[in-house]
Amino acid sequence: MSEDEARVSTRKRVTVPKTYKLYVGGSFARSESGRVVAVADADGTFRANAAKASRKDLRDAVAAARKAFGGWSGASAHNRGQVLFRVAEMLEGTRDRFTSEVAATEGLSATEAERAVDTAVDRMFWYAGWTDKLGVLRGGVGQVSGPYTVHSTPEPVGVVGVVAPRRSSLLGLVSVLAPVLAAGNSAVVLVDTELAVPAVSMCEAMATSDVPGGVVNVLTGDPAELISRLASHSDVDALDPGGADESLRGELEETAAGSVKRVLDAPLVEPDWSTAPGTGRLRAFTELKTVWHPLGE
Amino acid sequence: MVTAERHRRLPRMADSPSSSPPSTGPPGELTEATRDEAALTRFLRGLPGIDAVGLEQRATALAGRAVKGEAKLRAIDRAVSMVDLTTLEGADNASKVRALAAKARTPDSRFPDVPRVAALCVYPDLVAEAVTALRGSGVGVASVATAFPSGRSTPRAKLAEVELAVESGADEVDMVIDRGAFLAGEYGRVFDEIEQVRAACGPAHLKVILETGELGGYDNVWRASWLALLAGADFVKTSTGKVSPAATLPVTHVLLRAVREWRERTGQTRGVKPAGGIRTTKDAIRYLVAVREVAGSDWLSPDLFRFGASGLLNDLLMQRETQLHGHYSGPDQVTVDL
Amino acid sequence: MTEPDANPLEYAPAPESATVAALRERYRPFIDGEFTDGTGAVFSSVNPATGEPLAEITGSAESDVDRAVAAADEAFRRRWAAISGTDRAKYLFRIARLLQERSRELAVLETLDTGKPVRQATEFDLPNAAAWFLHYAGWADKLDHAGFGPSPEPLGVTGQVIPSNFPLLLLAQRVAPALACGSTVVVKPAERTPLTALVFGELCEQAGIPPGTVNILPGDSGTGASLLAHRGVRHAVFTGSTEVGERVRRGLAGRGKRVTSELGGNGVNIVFADAAPEEAVRGVIEGAFFNQGRVRCAGSRLLVEESAAEEFVARLRDSMAELRVGDPMDRNTDVGALGSTAEVERLSELVERGVAEGASRWTVPATLPRRGDFMAPTLLTDVQQSMSVARTEIFGPVLSVLTFRTAREAVTKADNTPYGLAAGVWSEKGSRALWTARGLRTGVVWANTFHRFDPTAPFGGRGESGNGHVGGAAGLEAYLDV
Repeated sequence: MSEDEARVSTRKRVTVPKTYKLYVGGSFARSESGRVVAVADADGTFRANAAKASRKDLRDAVAAARKAFGGWSGASAHNRGQVLFRVAEMLEGTRDRFTSEVAATEGLSATEAERAVDTAVDRMFWYAGWTDKLGVLRGGVGQVSGPYTVHSTPEPVGVVGVVAPRRSSLLGLVSVLAPVLAAGNSAVVLVDTELAVPAVSMCEAMATSDVPGGVVNVLTGDPAELISRLASHSDVDALDPGGADESLRGELEETAAGSVKRVLDAPLVEPDWSTAPGTGRLRAFTELKTVWHPLGE
Repeated sequence: MVTAERHRRLPRMADSPSSSPPSTGPPGELTEATRDEAALTRFLRGLPGIDAVGLEQRATALAGRAVKGEAKLRAIDRAVSMVDLTTLEGADNASKVRALAAKARTPDSRFPDVPRVAALCVYPDLVAEAVTALRGSGVGVASVATAFPSGRSTPRAKLAEVELAVESGADEVDMVIDRGAFLAGEYGRVFDEIEQVRAACGPAHLKVILETGELGGYDNVWRASWLALLAGADFVKTSTGKVSPAATLPVTHVLLRAVREWRERTGQTRGVKPAGGIRTTKDAIRYLVAVREVAGSDWLSPDLFRFGASGLLNDLLMQRETQLHGHYSGPDQVTVDL
Repeated sequence: MTEPDANPLEYAPAPESATVAALRERYRPFIDGEFTDGTGAVFSSVNPATGEPLAEITGSAESDVDRAVAAADEAFRRRWAAISGTDRAKYLFRIARLLQERSRELAVLETLDTGKPVRQATEFDLPNAAAWFLHYAGWADKLDHAGFGPSPEPLGVTGQVIPSNFPLLLLAQRVAPALACGSTVVVKPAERTPLTALVFGELCEQAGIPPGTVNILPGDSGTGASLLAHRGVRHAVFTGSTEVGERVRRGLAGRGKRVTSELGGNGVNIVFADAAPEEAVRGVIEGAFFNQGRVRCAGSRLLVEESAAEEFVARLRDSMAELRVGDPMDRNTDVGALGSTAEVERLSELVERGVAEGASRWTVPATLPRRGDFMAPTLLTDVQQSMSVARTEIFGPVLSVLTFRTAREAVTKADNTPYGLAAGVWSEKGSRALWTARGLRTGVVWANTFHRFDPTAPFGGRGESGNGHVGGAAGLEAYLDV
């Protein structure tokens, strides 16, 4: 060891770097394409080489989401709630780490980042409580004329493709992902590599909660490259284009028309994610099933 | 129907006359159904279900079929020929029976082309009077029996009543089933009783009244119909007319389905008689539509379909006149039969 | 006893009188509260049961679309969204009453224009249209309690393209909730069946609805396309085939509009061996042939449990043979005319293709009228999942029979379609019927019944059957900014 090196080592410990991978089917993996993008913190410091997902990764992610959908949507609402509460717990437990990552990623002050993380944890917690109340939100009993009992119940749409917000990393991501999961859907999320650091950490929180593998799939990369594939994939049932650039929206809606995909009526300008959400996203990713049965002696 | 030999093997059996005329029972799989009480219960409980709401909807939909003009006139005549003109009151006596017999022969003296009714239906003690009054007319004499309308008496008393009616010359016997036994699941007992009455009827036709208003639902009406057919009923009949609801369209649909399926499975043709509550021509035509659509046109004959009614005949006659002459008739144009 | 005569009970033709429909020689667009001379091409509406023209209609040109949308916008901003919910409720109530009062006239007119049996128009289309207005009248002043949060705002001008199978009823199902929410509407009825919609304009006049709140533009698909694409239309509602619906959505992409599409279906009836047989047969027949099968939620596929298939199909055939096909104006008619000659040809080709692919065909032995667009109800057996008749939307009186062995297989086969509108399940075992209902990927499941509709019960599709709902509070959502 040279003297210089010895001096450095006393000043600051050399850290073990983290590899930022894609989260598909419950596993962390590099892109099959082998592509990476250098990610820098808001101050320009190099942070990591994040995986840059390819079309094939997207295909795998949709397949994983479809595979996981049956189990997740079939689980009891109570059980899904428990899992999402657990995610909130995990986020809370790693609050400090998220705060520093959000601060670095978004260039926020520690206080601002703290507020964003706290809101994100609370939001996950809020949506977790919705899982077994969707029937109140969207279901009901039809008071029909005639000897029938009629009930309408909410059911998840299926696999939801999400373009994650760009204005807010963790809070934005939680705000769009949690309602998708709470309604019983599985998700394929496209995240811009610039926001990869908190996104991958959130995936770790998912992986270490009880979220079944494949329910959440996060692809870091260049969303513009993958969006139209997501929109045209006929095994994707619904789309949240909220994080897509305005210039892409028309093309996205046009592509999604092909399989009559549900497209969230998301505003062109991203909202302030710290504002309390309504129930619109829960409703948007929920289908309604009405069952009739005669009442006879 | 099953022979005396066979029904004696039914575990629960009422005391019965020792012999009955030999007859042909149901073939094949259905013979198996009457082997013993357990088999009978299995068969009846295994019958496919009926959805009440769907059935009622179908009945309502068919009731909307329009029969008009010439077709309506023919339907009215057809309905007249299917009427079992009925009097079953405590105040009945010989003079009332003679009055009705005259009406049965010639329903409307102004129009000799009106067909005679199918039968006159009376209590057993008035059968002889009816037979005398209707001799040579072609109108049958039907007698209720088996402790009509409740059916609550001993088997011996019931059979004695049947024998009395037949000996007095009744062509047709309208018996009631023991609803209490049926609802208790004692299908063997109900079966035996019908079979014994069948035997006691000799050449007379047997109509089995299910009293559907007391059976609690269409599934039971369906089972009771099969039970009666298995035991040898020539007709299944909805009601005594003393219990409300009496005949309804959906219940009649069930009976019509039963005789249709009976023919499909056995090749034997049995009849249906709705009774009670059918008062207007409009009602009667709705029943005829049901007969045609549910059982088939073959059943549009007095041999296979009857109306058990007292007031219906006069309405048919009034409507007939309206249809023929284009003006509405009044109640004094037809006879009051007291 | 008399001998039964050869034909003892006939159903004499019981024709409804065409004069009841009060047909006029000429119908015109209804814009900004009055009937105006449109500037579009004149076309005629034809009675599909006879091929005879019923009336002439002035179509709507681009300028008429502009005028109607401007009127609707003006009404939205000044006259309709601005009045109280209670007042809107009363206007809707007035329309409901007018529909009830003129129901016979409208039913007969609907029959003449569409070829559907007059009995159905009288007993189904019209009472339901009125019921829809009555139900949504009640919502107009209770939107705060509809589950979308306080004071939900209306979207604005709604453009509606209505198909030809239930012209007035589908209009009612879409216009009533829009008006209740405070939106104003411009309606483009189907080119072939615009008459009742135009009389509906008259009802709006009689109800005293503020001018511009409801506008009716007769015209062809071009009129519909320009209406939905119009800059002033905030919400485009399209009801029709999936093929056209996809095209419409593509055309509207990126225009910042809300698009509600209520599209096709390939509905299925699942019959288990323990089903109540007669009711199941009736339900399957009703499912496939109600409104000549021209219903997007028709049960055009029958999935019957293999062990019961032979007997069930025999019963089905017997009952189908009793269907009375012919003059829609006869109250005894069960199956009337199709919408057009082209439809008859399309369906014939579809059946031919099915037969070529290996299906066996049986048709009801009915004598069809010599004139008019009729088709005998057709049963295709030996149909396999892969055949075109089992995959495409039928929209006509053709029923395909497939079999299954287990409940799981039934659900898999039923769901194996990109559509997801309606299904029927027939079983006397409650838990299995409901288990099956849960598994089906459709918006509506009728268990032991079929084709039931009610303004209080949400009805809508999934997947390629579209994204809108009509009925109940769910039916308000499309018209609110929530």
